[in-house]
Amino acid sequence: MYSRTYKSLVSIPPLLWVGVFLLLPYTLMFAHSLWAVRDGVMVHQWNWDNYKTLFSNPLYAEVLLRTMRIAGSVTVCSLLLGYPLAYYLAFQVGARKELQYQLVVVPLWVSYLVRGYAWKTILGSDGVLNGFLQYLHLTHEPVGFFLYSPFAVVLMLTHIYTPFVFLPIYAALEHIPRPLIEASQDLGASSWQTFWRVILPLSMPGLLAGATFAFVLSLGDFLAPLLVGGPSGTMIANVVQSLFGAAFDWPLGAAISVGILVITISLLFLSEFLEKQWAFK
Amino acid sequence: MSASPANPPLQNSAKGALLLELRNVGKRFGATDVLKNISLNIASGEFLTLLGESGSGKTTLLRLIAGFERPSSGEIWMGGRRLDCQPPYKRPVNTVFQNYALFPHLNARDNVAYGLRVKSTPASEITGRVEEALSMVKMRGFAASRPSQLSGGQQQRIALARTLVNHPQLLLLDEPLSALDANLRKQMQSELKALQRQIGITFLFVTHDQEEAMALSDRIALLRDGALEQVASPREVYARPATAYTAQFIGQTNLLRGEVRGCMATCGALRWPVDEADGPVIFSLRPEAIRLAADGKRQTNEVKFRGAIRQQLYGGSSELLEVDCGNDQTLRIRIPACGPLTGEHDFVFSMSDAIRVQE
Repeated sequence: MYSRTYKSLVSIPPLLWVGVFLLLPYTLMFAHSLWAVRDGVMVHQWNWDNYKTLFSNPLYAEVLLRTMRIAGSVTVCSLLLGYPLAYYLAFQVGARKELQYQLVVVPLWVSYLVRGYAWKTILGSDGVLNGFLQYLHLTHEPVGFFLYSPFAVVLMLTHIYTPFVFLPIYAALEHIPRPLIEASQDLGASSWQTFWRVILPLSMPGLLAGATFAFVLSLGDFLAPLLVGGPSGTMIANVVQSLFGAAFDWPLGAAISVGILVITISLLFLSEFLEKQWAFK
Repeated sequence: MSASPANPPLQNSAKGALLLELRNVGKRFGATDVLKNISLNIASGEFLTLLGESGSGKTTLLRLIAGFERPSSGEIWMGGRRLDCQPPYKRPVNTVFQNYALFPHLNARDNVAYGLRVKSTPASEITGRVEEALSMVKMRGFAASRPSQLSGGQQQRIALARTLVNHPQLLLLDEPLSALDANLRKQMQSELKALQRQIGITFLFVTHDQEEAMALSDRIALLRDGALEQVASPREVYARPATAYTAQFIGQTNLLRGEVRGCMATCGALRWPVDEADGPVIFSLRPEAIRLAADGKRQTNEVKFRGAIRQQLYGGSSELLEVDCGNDQTLRIRIPACGPLTGEHDFVFSMSDAIRVQE
């Protein structure tokens, strides 16, 4: 048994961390969302007006809906890329497994900004992709919708978050005892039946964790829309950014942030609940 | 997909007819020959045990038959069809795995129904057959339990029911009892044997436990370093071991090394007439074949010798003696419990109990 003093001493750093970096900022954010701006000055006048604006102005709902659609698309796309990749690495690769695993993970070490600018270079009017299409005579003038569109945002975010989706799925697949797969075959199930009836259900916690990563991280992203999104690709985080910056309406920005926080936390709880439903052992 | 006989009727071939045939089967992993030129026939309705130490290749042989591995050479035939070219899910064979390999996301009933579901059996038929299989292993009351809620022995029963429900022609069992504690193990042994008699399915059973092999099997196939050492009934393997290895692996024995010259065998201090050609020989003499000599008289076919007792191990109904017969020769002797013994005594054994074995 450890002494009472020791226990309270070791609990100080985590408590400090949680207090200074989580509780305090969230409290400040929530407090700001209940204040107001009058004639360019923030006044500490408690009210719910910011939340009323949030729900009455259709602009915000529209951007939020678009953000959800983009985040949803990113989730689906990165699952469609990440799951087969994880499956291949977990079950098919023999000798070069470690190397291929590293190849998947290595992009995570490259700066997010660098990857964003890379996509700009690829998708732009005189970018690599348009140049290539014109070289092949598939198009005669640059295709405009590649860059500065929701498509570009989805593409870039999918590229960035696929490794995040891959990792938990790969871990889940690696943890499936191989005799279970043999038992399934032994009982007469073809490869497809084994996948649907054994592998997919048992990798569900990993899949849910990956999907949550992709959705939640995309939901709060503001760099991708800033770099490749254009006006039609604006997401909710960009709105928050402009409210805190040029528009100088911190209270409204804080109110939107609180809204995103509530959505995110509910999603995390939902995901955790579902993961528990699918966890067996 | 070819029309595989997924649900053949029970006992579709006459008992005793040839069911599975291994023809010169070999398996090589890298530079290692795990199985060397195995030829073995299994009859319908038989309980055959593959016995061997770990690393002898017994599990590999089972996996070749189940289809999880491909033989490097040779062929496997079953009921007139070549088996080794088919994927595991097309073979009329089921496996009980060492650690059961029950699906953790399915309850006991769904685990048992799995094989029927993947073969698109009508739902009405599934219900009946699952109930039948569950009652066969006395687990009807646990149909709704998840594997994690069941004890080792109960999981074992579900694993068994999951295979039996498919009416396989051949059931492969990979050390199915090794994870159970001693008492449960004994109980499951006798239930398994009774079940096999009752339903008449051919069992190919893998174990490293020679007592288990002796108790359950119709025949034992003893594997040593990937080759078959001897294939015979438990009684024959025990009474007439072909090799020194078999004699030592199955039960305890004394190996008497010596030579024959002029129809006389000499092994250390022991000499007796034999009908063998001249040359070096090994005899296997079981400890219980030797007994204390009764007041000097002996039959003509008995060998008598004198030895000093070095060690006496009491075993309840019997005593195990270690006796020094001179010439650096120590024999182990099992006699009925008789109280403490010391000093030198006369012992006898019947010449016919000394079995000539190969190296």
